[in-house]
Amino acid sequence: MRIFPLPWPVAVKASAGSVAGRPSRCLVLLILLLSLCLTAVAAQAQSPDAAEDAVALELLEALDVDSYPAKGEAIDAIVQSDDPRARDWLSALLDGRLQRADDGRFVVVLDNRGREWPVEDALSGEALGQMSRRELDRIGINNALRNQLRSAIAVVDLYSADLALRRASAERLLGEVDADLAEPLAGVIEQEEDRQARARLIQALAIHRLEQGDIDAVADLKGSLHPRVRVALNRAVMGDDQVVADAAQAALNSIEQNLRINRGLETLYFGLSLGSVLVLAAIGLAITFGVMGVINMAHGELIMLGAYTTWAMQQLLPGQPGLALILSIPAGFLVAALMGIAIERGVIQFLKGRPLETLLATFGISLILQQLVRTGISPLNRTVITPEWMSGSLVINDALSLTLNRMVVLGFALVVFAGLMLVMRRTRLGLEVRAVTQNRAMARSMGIRATRVDILTFALGSGVAGLAGVALSQLTNVGPNLGQNYIIDSFMVVVFGGVGNLWGTLVAGLSLGVINQILEPWAGAVLAKIIVLVFIILFIQKRPRGLFPQKGRAAEG
Amino acid sequence: MHWLGRPFTERSTQLFLGVLLAALTLVTILHVAVPQGHPLHVSAYTVNLLGKYLSYALLAVAVDLIWGYLGILSLGHGAFFALGGYAMGMYLMRQIGDRGVYGHPELPDFMVFLNWDSLPWYWTGFDMAWFAFIMVLLAPGLLALVFGFLAFRSRVTGVYLSIITQALTFALMLAFFRNEMGFGGNNGLTDFRDILGFSLRSDATRLGLFIATGVALAVGYVLCRAIVSSKLGRVCVATRDAEARTRFIGYRVERFQLFVFVVSAMLAGLAGALYVPQVGIINPSEFSPVFSIEIVLWVALGGRATLYGAVIGAILVNYAKTVFTGVMPDAWLFALGAMFVLVTVFLPKGVAGLLAYRVRRRKHRGEDDESPTPRGKEVSA
Amino acid sequence: MNFLRSLADRDRVFDFLVPAASPVDVRHGPILYLEDVTVSFDGFKAINDLNLTIDDGELRCIIGPNGAGKTTMMDIITGKTRPDAGKVWFGSRHDLLTMNEPEIASLGIGRKFQKPTVFEALTLFENLELAMAADKRILPTLTARMTPAIRDRIEEVLETIGLAELRLRPAGILSHGQKQWLEIGMLLMQRPRLLLVDEPVAGMTEQEMERTAELLTGLAGKQSVVVVEHDMGFVRSIARKVTVLHQGSVLAEGSMDQVSNDPKVVEVYLGADAEEEVA
Repeated sequence: MRIFPLPWPVAVKASAGSVAGRPSRCLVLLILLLSLCLTAVAAQAQSPDAAEDAVALELLEALDVDSYPAKGEAIDAIVQSDDPRARDWLSALLDGRLQRADDGRFVVVLDNRGREWPVEDALSGEALGQMSRRELDRIGINNALRNQLRSAIAVVDLYSADLALRRASAERLLGEVDADLAEPLAGVIEQEEDRQARARLIQALAIHRLEQGDIDAVADLKGSLHPRVRVALNRAVMGDDQVVADAAQAALNSIEQNLRINRGLETLYFGLSLGSVLVLAAIGLAITFGVMGVINMAHGELIMLGAYTTWAMQQLLPGQPGLALILSIPAGFLVAALMGIAIERGVIQFLKGRPLETLLATFGISLILQQLVRTGISPLNRTVITPEWMSGSLVINDALSLTLNRMVVLGFALVVFAGLMLVMRRTRLGLEVRAVTQNRAMARSMGIRATRVDILTFALGSGVAGLAGVALSQLTNVGPNLGQNYIIDSFMVVVFGGVGNLWGTLVAGLSLGVINQILEPWAGAVLAKIIVLVFIILFIQKRPRGLFPQKGRAAEG
Repeated sequence: MHWLGRPFTERSTQLFLGVLLAALTLVTILHVAVPQGHPLHVSAYTVNLLGKYLSYALLAVAVDLIWGYLGILSLGHGAFFALGGYAMGMYLMRQIGDRGVYGHPELPDFMVFLNWDSLPWYWTGFDMAWFAFIMVLLAPGLLALVFGFLAFRSRVTGVYLSIITQALTFALMLAFFRNEMGFGGNNGLTDFRDILGFSLRSDATRLGLFIATGVALAVGYVLCRAIVSSKLGRVCVATRDAEARTRFIGYRVERFQLFVFVVSAMLAGLAGALYVPQVGIINPSEFSPVFSIEIVLWVALGGRATLYGAVIGAILVNYAKTVFTGVMPDAWLFALGAMFVLVTVFLPKGVAGLLAYRVRRRKHRGEDDESPTPRGKEVSA
Repeated sequence: MNFLRSLADRDRVFDFLVPAASPVDVRHGPILYLEDVTVSFDGFKAINDLNLTIDDGELRCIIGPNGAGKTTMMDIITGKTRPDAGKVWFGSRHDLLTMNEPEIASLGIGRKFQKPTVFEALTLFENLELAMAADKRILPTLTARMTPAIRDRIEEVLETIGLAELRLRPAGILSHGQKQWLEIGMLLMQRPRLLLVDEPVAGMTEQEMERTAELLTGLAGKQSVVVVEHDMGFVRSIARKVTVLHQGSVLAEGSMDQVSNDPKVVEVYLGADAEEEVA
């Protein structure tokens, strides 16, 4: 029964446009047939189209009658015809875009705004330029026909070779199946090979069966999380048949349970996503603050620079947001790292051993950077485009879909973290950084150039902030205040995790993200944030050195 | 109370009080006695502006007390200032009575707007001036007591303390932005009419507030001076420079820190209470972390651990702000940012340090000039 | 809180006039008693089953190679570090493990750090003033007055440590040796029962060292003194009894001669890095 679309007829009706005046329908048909034959000959091996178009025209002619029941029959005929253009005709008819021109041709209106409407031929699909609305006659329908059309389109789609179309159509049928449809649907289910589409169709049919009082239908609906299934079950619970009602109630309860789990998973996902953002924002700080003991209040602005780099990259490569985004990763790192080096050389090196002064000076730098962006670029937010492969979401089931951009950022955060761990554990730089952290004088005497290590560490921490900015540009507004919104959170994460401990930062970031998301539904976003802040403030009193403190003589200092 | 009298015997305090008194008198005379239009006349607007500067100066003195002498860099003093301001604002709101837009005899306009039908419990008593004025000191003092008790007990000091004080004020800002808190949300408290029966719109009240602020500054200054010149002040400096050592010679460092922290918070609250009637509004932006850091800049620029330096810094920076934002608003943040960097890198002792250096040079010309360098030792032990 | 209490306390005497009332009970034995003390940092046992007793009025030297646990032991006695196991008693009445640093300090245990720490921004006079035994609560400190009695006491100590002419200069200008003495002076102001002195002569000249030896031996008898020192010559010049620490526990104890002839000690310590000093 499956129909595979034939190659679309190409330019079959080139001559049709030349017909002038108001000839009778028969004449039109005649000329049309003639011209079809001619083109068919000219194009060679297209003769089947000509016969087909004649049939098709007849199908359309049947629509242009006054009686609605007759129109209904005509619609059925179109559905049965297996014509590949049937879907377009039906949906055009549904939208009122299938019209007949004064010259008798059937056209599809592409855009019905204004006076002159662009149209195309209903049979050939050829663009016919613009036609005045006065030249066109709409083929009218009523509500009954509208419903019939909707299911007809769905049925037509069920036979489509396009899997996505079949799935979408099955989805649309949920709760829309009536007695007429039930029978063919059973056949379609038999034939359907795709599991997802098949499951949907079974549910669609089951809803209809449930409405008919079939208690076995409940079993088919039990596992579904679709809201329309729940509506149907709820209706059954209200129904007269006590047995069916009880079964429906039981099914509903299990669905509710399932939904709760899914909601929990969703919260967890959002929490991890928020957490990954926090980790990204804080991890650079964990290096500069944790390892070097330098408080960099301009860290947020380095994040902002990373985000603006993404924006600038997209301006440079218009039309290729994906490529621009990928190029922004090294570019964002570099821009932020260079700025970091400038800050270290320009200010921080003069304030060694005076952390509070460093804090104030870098705060000044953060003000300057913000204002530079405000006056240099714009005080308004910039739009950063999300490339296609990052938009949309991964559908797990009806109640749970995971947005792709968040998933990419989560993965990115983990990659950045792993990369940093590698740098700190496995490279010469990491070794030197740890040596300088533990005993500066000793490291120096062993030939480690502490100044160079300082510069590189700071560049690394700042560069990571830039990476965070690139990632954040995909999730939030890119504006001059971007960094400010993250600086306090970042410090909280680092302090909460235990200064000087990258693992601590990871755990702290992710868990704070999750806690925040768990609190949000019943406390609201702002209150959740306040609660988390107060929690951390209290936590620091209890364990001043964070979740994973460093122990020993150095830490006791 | 000999310890309170001690500051009056110091040259620097005498000088400070003298200058302050002279300034107050001069402004009053130029405002009242010199007719309008005369080039020497000080307008009501200027009096108001100067009053605002003086309340900022008191706030800066409070910050200098704990940062300069105790080495605790609080990035949350804006919160204490704002709490004092809100306490005063609540009193002023209640004074409006039924003259609000909605004419409700008891509820402030924003509560009527939110469809509240009665005052929240924490608004009771604020119709009485004495109660409100006590709360001006008590609210920030209590917050400082609880927060400081927890923090100092766990020996959270240095940058950690700075960061969590910042988180504290940030959390408070978020909280006060919420309408449900009952403090007017985003808009805060405003549309004040009168204070203690005097209209806030009259020039005389403004002059009165200006003088009151000047007196409060003098009292706050003398109190701080009395503290820092007592043995307790020396314990503070000792704690700042070598906390562990101070502990080992038998001082309960955390209690001293808590005591001074609370005193400082109360002074900040007093400053906020004097600030609010002069600017006519208090809203959550006073809690913003940026404002709190700005206060620290005033102190750094003026010169830490001198108290008078804090006053100089507060007035200088705020005067610059008034001028800049009037002439070229975009440049102000550049200037402010640059000040942070330049002061910390090139002028660690601030303007007061420069003054002291010049004075010393004049006195000790020819002598060896070995000066103590008590700076930068606030690294947590 | 503290404040209200001291306000209510009307018949409070000026504590600094009372000699550091030491409630320490030494009738039944030693002034300091450590038993089976163990502490580890990240699995490394800095102190391992340490047993040590110090008698009242004794001058004890503690030696040992680097990492033997000398400083950690002092940290434990002064309450800076909490041991994982063991007992630390001051006299027979005070369990030091239940007290914090200021409480321990006010019992009469004074400590001089390895690195001299004085209050550099304060004058010598003020340094000593702060260290003096007194009511160290907030309000009494705020209202404290300078009296002739206090002044005399401070001057006396300034004379003892030989820094009288620098009394009004900030401590930051002192030389390393002078800071060490000032610190000892601060300890004296506390009138402690037990003095813990960590490497008092590190970085001192020969004369300074002699002077320090005089200072410390002069203190013994009135106070118990525990000296941790590397310099063998110095230890020999002051010590009556020496304890050798090694890997967190006591290796040997006795007079300098006994100890330096102990083969174990020679092996781990004297033989290793201080041969020429002993010879």
